[in-house]
Amino acid sequence: MSSLTAQVPPATSIGEPNGVAMTFFFAFIAATLGITYWAARRTRTTEHFYAAGRTISPAQNGLALAGDYMSAASFLGIAGLVATTGFDGLIYSTGWLVGWPVVLFLVAEPLRNLGKYTFADVVAARLSQTPVRLAAALGTLSTVALYLIAQMVGAGSLIRLMFGLHYETAIVIVGAAMIAYVLFGGMLATTWVQIVKAGLLLSGAAILTVLVLSRFGMNPAALFAAAAQRYGDAVLAPGRLVAKPLDAISLGMALMFGTAGLPHILMRFYTVPDAKAARKSVFYATGLIGAFYLMTFVLGFGAMVLVGPDAIRQVEPGGNMAAPLLAEFLGGRAFLGFIAAVAFATILAVVAGLTLSGAAALSHDLWVSVVRRGRADTAEQLKVARVATMGLGILAVLLGITFKGQNVAFMVGLAFAIAASANFPALVLSMFWRGYTTAGAVTSMVVGTVSTLVLIWLSPTVQVDVLRHPTAWFPLKNPALVTIPLSFAVGIVASLIAARTHEAEAYGRMERQKHLGGAA
Amino acid sequence: MIDPADRSARLRAVAAARWKVAIVLTGAMIVLYFGFVLLIAFAKPLLGRLLAPGLSLGMVLGAGVIVCSWLLTWIYVRWANTRYDAKLRALDE
Repeated sequence: MSSLTAQVPPATSIGEPNGVAMTFFFAFIAATLGITYWAARRTRTTEHFYAAGRTISPAQNGLALAGDYMSAASFLGIAGLVATTGFDGLIYSTGWLVGWPVVLFLVAEPLRNLGKYTFADVVAARLSQTPVRLAAALGTLSTVALYLIAQMVGAGSLIRLMFGLHYETAIVIVGAAMIAYVLFGGMLATTWVQIVKAGLLLSGAAILTVLVLSRFGMNPAALFAAAAQRYGDAVLAPGRLVAKPLDAISLGMALMFGTAGLPHILMRFYTVPDAKAARKSVFYATGLIGAFYLMTFVLGFGAMVLVGPDAIRQVEPGGNMAAPLLAEFLGGRAFLGFIAAVAFATILAVVAGLTLSGAAALSHDLWVSVVRRGRADTAEQLKVARVATMGLGILAVLLGITFKGQNVAFMVGLAFAIAASANFPALVLSMFWRGYTTAGAVTSMVVGTVSTLVLIWLSPTVQVDVLRHPTAWFPLKNPALVTIPLSFAVGIVASLIAARTHEAEAYGRMERQKHLGGAA
Repeated sequence: MIDPADRSARLRAVAAARWKVAIVLTGAMIVLYFGFVLLIAFAKPLLGRLLAPGLSLGMVLGAGVIVCSWLLTWIYVRWANTRYDAKLRALDE
């Protein structure tokens, strides 16, 4: 390996039409539409549409959870961050995993035992339906919308960069495929799209990892040593990324507690037969996601040594093309095509899961529970769910086009912050605190959502990075450090001020179901 | 027939045990991850120390956080599959 590799721009075919990528991509679309056709014939009731008939096995759901969670941002973004900053990028690799044990210990099983389709089912179980469902829909839809914008804009830019397609064309293709999966195949099709995508992403990353390691005697330490030899020992040590400890802690809190409040992740626990299956599925998911993030260590440093940080930044300043460039270096255009198609499939699967959870909030929480007060037959519920899917899908396409060229990277962090500050406190308090009341639930969810949105607007993330103002009023880049405790505090205080005897009594009746199940 | 009062006392015992395990393991996860973040923030030279060529303490700890997260879920699943499930079954007897 000559030291020149790092200085010379790589002879890359990224951005040119790639026949292999197109072939893989259309094969993926064809296969997933085939799955959708199969699933559509089995989607007859709301239980099928929202929860895949509760027939998904723990291993399948583990893969599907991993598929829902591992976005293109984690694959391309983290590999790029490690390739260009070294150790600092690894801080993200660990941060994205630590929410999963919390999901298992606090949320997965009681959620499965107490709810039917959405996390609002659990919060509203012993409280007043209408105000709780309205507040929960606010938290769910804010999380879903922000996450969707980030994914759609990422999809458009990524596909333009890798396939040479127009941004708008790419967005419309993603939107159309995603609407087809959810509209016709419901949760069953969405689950299998996630499983196929997770399998592709994990095997793509694994092949890439083995190819990198084969150049270093299958020894990761030799790879890291080569990186340190070329770019200095500093790449193996913490650098400038964590300049402010409070920023790192705040982001860490959003990641750790936000995962347990993501609507599309929580919804997956209703697809398995019982709480025990929910428990096992988190164990599988944590193992798969952990293995994936460990591989990002090798992919990132592999791209740093074999392609070079400067060459990566020349292709795309954000470093997002590190993994595709590495694939091209090691396996030629064909392998680049495969990895590009995997990245596309990844985005497609994540937006399908998001859209389904948003549709569930609109139809199950708002229409059926609030507007119709639970008096809607299966045909009407399915129809509303499909109209909501269609509406959300079109909205996602429009938002993707509206936010073209905008810096939306912060929106994923923001979605986690809302999930951690609005959804997570309400879920945990309703399941584990007898004294929680309707007033407490509504205030904690509304305050959690609104305070997160206001503080992120006032933070350096928007004021400095997006609006280019010199300073920001609120010092933290991610507000979770303030908004999570705030949401818990107002929920507890409001419950103590307006104590409700009958809601506390209902907690006693709920306790048995929380452990033994029986809701659905 | 079990006395309803006895049944509800046993349910409360199961709930308390489940809550205790959940809190201890969540606490372990918080200590593990935020301990790592605080080391990154306040002990940068320490984490940069090389244990072997190519392996800094920080990288070993980072990989360790991932492996330990998974181990904690394994500990919980072990506990739940044996102790918790057995107690739940006993509730219905």
